[in-house]
Amino acid sequence: MNFDLTEERQMLQDGLRRMLGDVTDLKALSEGKYGWSEKAWGQIAEMGVIGALFSEEDGGFGGGGFDLMVVFEEMGRAGAPEPLLEIVLAGGLIAALGSEEQKAHLEGVIGGETQLAFAHGEPGSRYDLERVAATATEDGDGWVLSGRKSVVTNGAEADLLVVSARTGGEVGDTDGISLFLVPKDADGLDIRDYPLAGGGRGAEIVMEDVRLPADALLGEKGGAYEAIEAANARGVCALTAEALGLMERARKLTADYLAQRTQFGQPIGKFQALQFRMADLIIEIEQSRSAVINLAGHLDDAREDRELHVSATKQLVGQTAKLVVEESIQLHGGIGMTMEYDLGHFARRLTMTDHRLGDALYHLGRFTRLRAA
Amino acid sequence: MDLTYSDDQKAFRDELRAFLDTKLPKRLSDKVRLGKRLTKEDHEEWHALLQERNWHAGHWPKKYGGSGWDAVQRHIFEEETTAAHAPRVVPFGVMMLGAVLMQFGTDAQKEKWLPRILDGTDWWCQGYSEPGAGSDLASLKTEAVRDGDHYIVNGQKTWTTLAQFADHIFCLVRTSKEGKKQEGISFLLIDMDDPGIEVRPIVLIDGEAEVNEVWFKDVRVPAENLVGEENKGWTIAKYLLTHERTNIAGVGFASEALSNLKRIAGLEMQHGRPLIEDALFAAEIAKLEIALMAMATTNLRVVSAAAEGQAPGVESSMLKIKGTVIRQEINNLTRAACGPYAMPFVSEALEPGSNIEPVGPDYAMPATADYFNNRKLSIYGGSNEVQKQIIAKTMLEV
Repeated sequence: MNFDLTEERQMLQDGLRRMLGDVTDLKALSEGKYGWSEKAWGQIAEMGVIGALFSEEDGGFGGGGFDLMVVFEEMGRAGAPEPLLEIVLAGGLIAALGSEEQKAHLEGVIGGETQLAFAHGEPGSRYDLERVAATATEDGDGWVLSGRKSVVTNGAEADLLVVSARTGGEVGDTDGISLFLVPKDADGLDIRDYPLAGGGRGAEIVMEDVRLPADALLGEKGGAYEAIEAANARGVCALTAEALGLMERARKLTADYLAQRTQFGQPIGKFQALQFRMADLIIEIEQSRSAVINLAGHLDDAREDRELHVSATKQLVGQTAKLVVEESIQLHGGIGMTMEYDLGHFARRLTMTDHRLGDALYHLGRFTRLRAA
Repeated sequence: MDLTYSDDQKAFRDELRAFLDTKLPKRLSDKVRLGKRLTKEDHEEWHALLQERNWHAGHWPKKYGGSGWDAVQRHIFEEETTAAHAPRVVPFGVMMLGAVLMQFGTDAQKEKWLPRILDGTDWWCQGYSEPGAGSDLASLKTEAVRDGDHYIVNGQKTWTTLAQFADHIFCLVRTSKEGKKQEGISFLLIDMDDPGIEVRPIVLIDGEAEVNEVWFKDVRVPAENLVGEENKGWTIAKYLLTHERTNIAGVGFASEALSNLKRIAGLEMQHGRPLIEDALFAAEIAKLEIALMAMATTNLRVVSAAAEGQAPGVESSMLKIKGTVIRQEINNLTRAACGPYAMPFVSEALEPGSNIEPVGPDYAMPATADYFNNRKLSIYGGSNEVQKQIIAKTMLEV
């Protein structure tokens, strides 16, 4: 048993924490179009952080569950909205399924030059990974894609989109889902982008007869579901680690405020009623940390065990995120509701982690079904 | 025990429904239903329509231009107008200052100010909280120093709701630093056009700037604008806290929010079926509905006692806590119901006159905005912690 980070991961954590602390400017983010910062992105890439998300054979130097945890916890602690999760999802799929030519894109991804997005969710899919209605049909020696993709994070900024479409089966079948590499300037691609409540930007993507060459197919025709589920598991590990970092920061902001804010002639942190609530937060955040460790440690398990941990962790972290958001704001009072104060950004971003890759109730149901199976 | 309305009360309800059916402009109810932000003109239009029936301040005595409603009628009014998506009646003038003036004002003050509240000549906001005086309101520092027949006011108020629309502000100010801090506070009416007043908006986490900071620098206020006696303002503040809280539970808002939640959960699909058919999700809705059914009756018990002349005490605090928590939980589940479409956030789309097309269903972004905005419910009007303190102090003999 050993719960310490390796020396390399410790160094990555320290370096990343310092760098993000310097470069993350929440005011600039919220005053702008609430996207992300190119300056921060450049430094993230330069530090090799993106490489930490990939294995050596894919050109990186990490790629394990605890690499994801270290990187994303720091992203969360800083409140950084740069689109790294998209790289875990879309980049992870290219690494898992790509031909040599397709995997050549990863060099630009790891270097920070190539932006990615995973265009998978659709207006009617909610959080179901298998509910793909967009279609891809073979046309001569190429493909024609049609359909709609919704709330595609980083969709408008991405140079390359990994897009799912159905080549067989019915909506809701796991069989018959294929993946394609789509350049952002493909004809027939209509992209509407907009700010997201938690920072970063999303996009609605309409595909109308988007013609792609034969080699745009990523992996086997109709057989992408397994890889999508595995990439999603890594995505949940990253996202819950980010939520953990966001919670740690919200806790710290709140603890500092309790020590500094004076009412009735003393710091409000002296009131036992508030101390107990802070203690509850600390307990629940530690539970979340253990849940993320559980998932990071079981990412490479057989599908059944891995997915059980995916749902367990996402449920627990989602439930805790709500508690932390609401209690942090309440313990602050009015100031906690303003965008002038940092907590507002953390509260929004943390809340929105529950709207990606399945929320707490969704995963509670899924855990129950997986356990019963 | 009889849990139903009397025939008179039912007749009143039917009259209200007919009025809302024919007089409430669809333009306004659409805005409210879709969570759009209202302009000052929207509010004023609604107030004027209500006043055609003497309903803008229906609970005021008839001699002041009201309809003399009792607490049950006020409750019915709140229930029906919320269900019809009418704009809420802005409370600062008709609910708060009106009550204060009737109880503590001189005849001259009543004659001067009450009609102007009613016909919309004056738009009031409330100057209570300060950066250093939140839950500990009595520690407020905004100072009013007597200078001949004026007070000179200096200081800062904060969280002032809709100050951007207001032309007057009623304030708690410090007129003495002697003795207990509660005993040096006065209640002062201030014209916001006076030189030395500056209003600065505060953007909240839902992207809206409905609250403000209000700064006072050497503002000269006529001494006749003092309500009640000098240094007795705390009595007025306490009076307002216990007497003007009929709608504190927000049962109408909660019922409306619950129907909205059910509507959304019926439209959103999960696993190819309406979300509302998901057993777990349905159970979460059911828990809230059960809590709301009980709270509605607690509220009616209090309302009914108030209609018979009893001053609500600790019940106000209980209703404030229960009511706000239930509403916040409904907001939370509504946001959850929207799934991934709760994420897009184009704040400008909620501004009046915006024709930005919503991203995804039109209910999704307002659901996110409401969830964040209504975190305020447990903070303002005496935070839920302050309310718990009141309950504990009143009920425990320790």
